[in-house]
Amino acid sequence: MAYIAGLLFGLGLAISGMTDPARVLGFLDVAGDWDPTLMFVLGGAVVTNFFGYRLAMRRPNPLFASAFQLPTRRDLDGRLLGGAALFGVGWGLSGYCPGPAFASVSGLTLPLAAMLAAMVVGWFIARRV
Amino acid sequence: MTVDMTASLHGLIGGVLIGLSATWLMITLGRIAGISGILGTLITARPKGDSGWRLAFLLGLLSGPAVVILAGGGLGNVAGQAGAVIGAPAGGVATMLVAGLLVGVGTGIGSGCTSGHGVCGLARLSPRSMAATLVFLAVAVVTVFVVRHVMGGGA
Repeated sequence: MAYIAGLLFGLGLAISGMTDPARVLGFLDVAGDWDPTLMFVLGGAVVTNFFGYRLAMRRPNPLFASAFQLPTRRDLDGRLLGGAALFGVGWGLSGYCPGPAFASVSGLTLPLAAMLAAMVVGWFIARRV
Repeated sequence: MTVDMTASLHGLIGGVLIGLSATWLMITLGRIAGISGILGTLITARPKGDSGWRLAFLLGLLSGPAVVILAGGGLGNVAGQAGAVIGAPAGGVATMLVAGLLVGVGTGIGSGCTSGHGVCGLARLSPRSMAATLVFLAVAVVTVFVVRHVMGGGA
């Protein structure tokens, strides 16, 4: 089940061009030759998933698990916003967020390997701060 | 600004597939399709009895682009050719090390990335995810502006 989800996700990233950092950076570069593709990707994903989640939540529990595991917090705090800001800098520098970075492993380059290794180090650091 | 209709359409198709992926993971296993959480937790915590689905998801995530490449990029990929499905990194090793560290620490303490907060959190109308998504999008836009138009770098 999870494999199918991952496959759909990876297909979506590749078909939409999100495994190409140049396209992602083209979206973030609002003062340059702006490329709106990412807006269609995120918009298409959120709208589809909005209706999908509503359909899923009609059930008392998932098909193959005992319960839905959803985040329950609704408050904003410094860790959330500070973390998002740090992530934004890294995303803007590289054009890679974690999904496309990992999905691009089949076309691994030295800079991408460096990024993935540093990302893992970052995750370990985040658990200690 | 150039609005490339083909790219926009492929973006929309890819986006719908990503949305279906997140819905599928929720309906079948009750889980949020957040890559930083799925991968980060697997590596840093190695949760017993909670790792199998993570590995399966990640294997699928790797297969997606590989399938498009094997199909010669013909599955409607924007680039339209196998060699261009996975684009070249935007920076050298040093830049990417810094970027990777920031992405790791940031998504770690901020509890999510573009998929967890963006695709899944926005669809759940979570106030935390809306705030996080606004912040990382805005900061990324400013970062690219500084790198490309203030410093004039090649990235």
